[in-house]
Amino acid sequence: MSPHLPALPVVVPLLSALLITILGWSNRRLPFPIALVALTAGLLSALGLMKDVLARGVIGYNMGGWDPPWGIAYRVDHLNALVLVVVMAAALIGLIATRDRVKAEFEDRIVPFYTLFVLFVTGLSGILLTGDAFNLYVLLEIASLTGYALIGLGEGRAPLAGLNYILMGTIGASFYLLGVGYLYLMTGTLNMVDLAARLPGLYDSHVVALAFFICLTGLFVKMAFFPVHVWLPNAYSNASSAAGILIAPLTTKVMIYVMIRITLTVFTPDYAFDVLDIGDAVVWLSVIAIVMGSVFALAQNRLKRILSYIVVAEVGYMVGGFWLGNRAGITGSILHIVNDAAMTLCVFLAAGALLTRVPGDRLIHLQGLFRKMPVSMAALVVGGLSIIGAPPTCGFFSKWYLISGGIDAGHYGFVAALLFSSLVNVALFFRVFEIAYYEPFGADHGHDPRAHGASGREDAPAAMLAPLVVVAVLLVALGLYSGDLVSAIIQHAIPARII
Amino acid sequence: MKLVALASALLCGTILLFGTAEFPDFGDPDSPAASHVSPRYIEEAMAETSAPNIVTAVLADYRGFDTLFETAVVFSAAMACFFLLRIFGEDERRPSEKLYRHLPTGITLRIDPGGKVPDSPEFERIDGIWIPHDVIVKTTTRLIIPFIQLFGLYVIAHGHHSPGGGFQGGVILGASVILYAISQNLRQALGRMGEAVSAVFCAAGVFIYAGAGALCLLMGANFLDYSGLAPLFGVDAIQARSLGILVVEIGVGLAVMSAMVWIYYNLASMGRHQEGL
Amino acid sequence: MSEFIDFFVGKYNYWAFILLMMIGLYAMIAKKNLAKKIIGMNIFQTAIILFYISTAAKGGGASIPIIAHGHGHGLSEHGARAADYINPLPHVLMLTAIVVSVATLGVALTLAVKVYHQYGTLEEDEIADRIRAQTGGEP
Repeated sequence: MSPHLPALPVVVPLLSALLITILGWSNRRLPFPIALVALTAGLLSALGLMKDVLARGVIGYNMGGWDPPWGIAYRVDHLNALVLVVVMAAALIGLIATRDRVKAEFEDRIVPFYTLFVLFVTGLSGILLTGDAFNLYVLLEIASLTGYALIGLGEGRAPLAGLNYILMGTIGASFYLLGVGYLYLMTGTLNMVDLAARLPGLYDSHVVALAFFICLTGLFVKMAFFPVHVWLPNAYSNASSAAGILIAPLTTKVMIYVMIRITLTVFTPDYAFDVLDIGDAVVWLSVIAIVMGSVFALAQNRLKRILSYIVVAEVGYMVGGFWLGNRAGITGSILHIVNDAAMTLCVFLAAGALLTRVPGDRLIHLQGLFRKMPVSMAALVVGGLSIIGAPPTCGFFSKWYLISGGIDAGHYGFVAALLFSSLVNVALFFRVFEIAYYEPFGADHGHDPRAHGASGREDAPAAMLAPLVVVAVLLVALGLYSGDLVSAIIQHAIPARII
Repeated sequence: MKLVALASALLCGTILLFGTAEFPDFGDPDSPAASHVSPRYIEEAMAETSAPNIVTAVLADYRGFDTLFETAVVFSAAMACFFLLRIFGEDERRPSEKLYRHLPTGITLRIDPGGKVPDSPEFERIDGIWIPHDVIVKTTTRLIIPFIQLFGLYVIAHGHHSPGGGFQGGVILGASVILYAISQNLRQALGRMGEAVSAVFCAAGVFIYAGAGALCLLMGANFLDYSGLAPLFGVDAIQARSLGILVVEIGVGLAVMSAMVWIYYNLASMGRHQEGL
Repeated sequence: MSEFIDFFVGKYNYWAFILLMMIGLYAMIAKKNLAKKIIGMNIFQTAIILFYISTAAKGGGASIPIIAHGHGHGLSEHGARAADYINPLPHVLMLTAIVVSVATLGVALTLAVKVYHQYGTLEEDEIADRIRAQTGGEP
């Protein structure tokens, strides 16, 4: 394969985002095709990278031809190649599925919408590939800024939610930047591999520990880990449904990747799990995150808010699984990044499909939808089963790894929290299914003109249903092949030292 | 709430202060930050990139990839402002009331909805809020603006040798257009540098930067490795790096200038592009 | 006592940045006005910029990182010594961070304008009242 392949997942979307503005300004039909081509090319180059990594191991790429640590180097290994494929695939499916929604919701803003979205994906793929701690911050800000804008333009409270997101997100990113500054001050380098080489001599320094905590705090804010999650539910539930579908599956997962990358590559597992020995404390925090996320989800009466709080609980799964510090836990955490991206995409997409035919996402609006929109509801059922962790779907397998990791580590609090959250999810989704299955459509708003179509089928447009069905099938396929996924890719992403 | 804020700020500060004990002293020339990566920049930048301003050399070449995305951040911010704020069409609160100024006398006319719009070069459409017809401010700024813009171009072009470069020069250029918009009015500024021009220039500026990088790819070098452009420029690899820096600085200047102007247009008029300041 | 003074004087740059950062953090949490929160956010970012820039300093008469008489002497003669010039890397990094903070400020102000447009105020408690009045208390 071409030696320049690692640059393409970032460069192609970046150039395309600019072309969308330059060409789309005069021809409003162009933005979508350009975005489609860009993300398809991104997905293909991500798959190519994956193939290269499987064949040859870690790939490096020096931007500007300068050797690290003087220049910025990209470093592709099993972990980021996998997450890159997931991000690109989720973005591409979301892009295709939301085409009509974007047309309806942003009719006079097609050009900025697609420019910002493609830049958002550019930022995320850059975050995944980069091997430079400061470069990661710049790309993080690209992904965040575009995300703030996409979320901020929605109905009702969206601008306020966007503003709160910006304030918290900036604190998070600034903390990360400060942590990198501390590391730079102590080591004189910004390159991750070089940092890892120079840090072992400084393991007993308080500054390095402080730098680690500051970075971790910043990333916790960005990934919406429990006590600092407050921006997420408002932002995701008030965003327009197109923006929600496109952003919700990606941001938190990529932030968890960054946490794993910083911990495993920069600080090395020896330092994080043995020298600092904070694993237990973080797992307990994530227990609280899982429990509180689930409890808050129970208290909601709008579908998108329920899903948002489930995202908060799922962040707890992945953080907790990783900080168990054993092979099963970390495997579960990485597998869950893949699965959760697919599950979140599936349920948000299903919610978006429902919203094309019902006036709002309050649970009362869902009455009788199984008869009216069977395909969308079926997809929601698959997504819900996967979030619950029912066996044929992929959610079961990552939860299995997480639970066995918890048992290996002897951390029964985490195991209990996972089981509790599964039970809560059962209660949540079956409440949704019950309303949608047993109660007749429009029972409380019989005067609604839509009620005329109560008995007739009126599913979402095919352009949205087809990607939704693909994702639902993918959830099962990911489940069936998760053993292969783990043995072929994820096992190589975890340092051999971790047992 | 105030107590919570104070407590968390103090807690954060104390934790950070606790860390400073192990920091190198202020201005310590032997600190790790000054002795690991950065000496190479100081010692080799001149020989490797032919740019005496080391900050420019590191910014646009050694860490040029950061700077590309820095420019993209500016572009995203401008695009985000436009995306969030721009309101197309007429102001719904005052549907079609229009104000005109008769230039020779300075009298302001209000044309009610349905009224006849004066069709003469002596009338100038003005903004919804009343603006004094200030000859001194308008004339002075008209005189100053060309020199500001000339200085902006100098700062961009001289970035290799003196403090400056695309960002600083671009901001100066942008400020000149904003000064014009403040001293005249927004509508006239839009006539000089319209929205489409700002948007396309902004994207084009970033595109020049990213395109220069992609051109290096096509020439067989790594992304943003300007030495690959040497055959195109007809110079040796080091001079090519220097010229490559100039090209990307121009792109940065263009992008930053249009982004500043564009953000100003949208923020100052709350997206309506009708009322100025 | 003199140890403490040495400690303080030798590292006063860090104290300055921490003080600035505490001010920013306090403003972001304690202030009810969204514009003041945004100002706090900017102070917070400025504190970090100050921190980075202060790490670039070198005592002993180091100059700004522009090689003196850089041109006209032939390329090979410039044996610039690292100790003569301050560290350029933090300056480069902070140029990026400044631009990022300006961009963030722009988007934050844009959203604040939108919020003001929607609720007619930037005071958080008044906005909360208005939301409660509109939706009847539901989220």
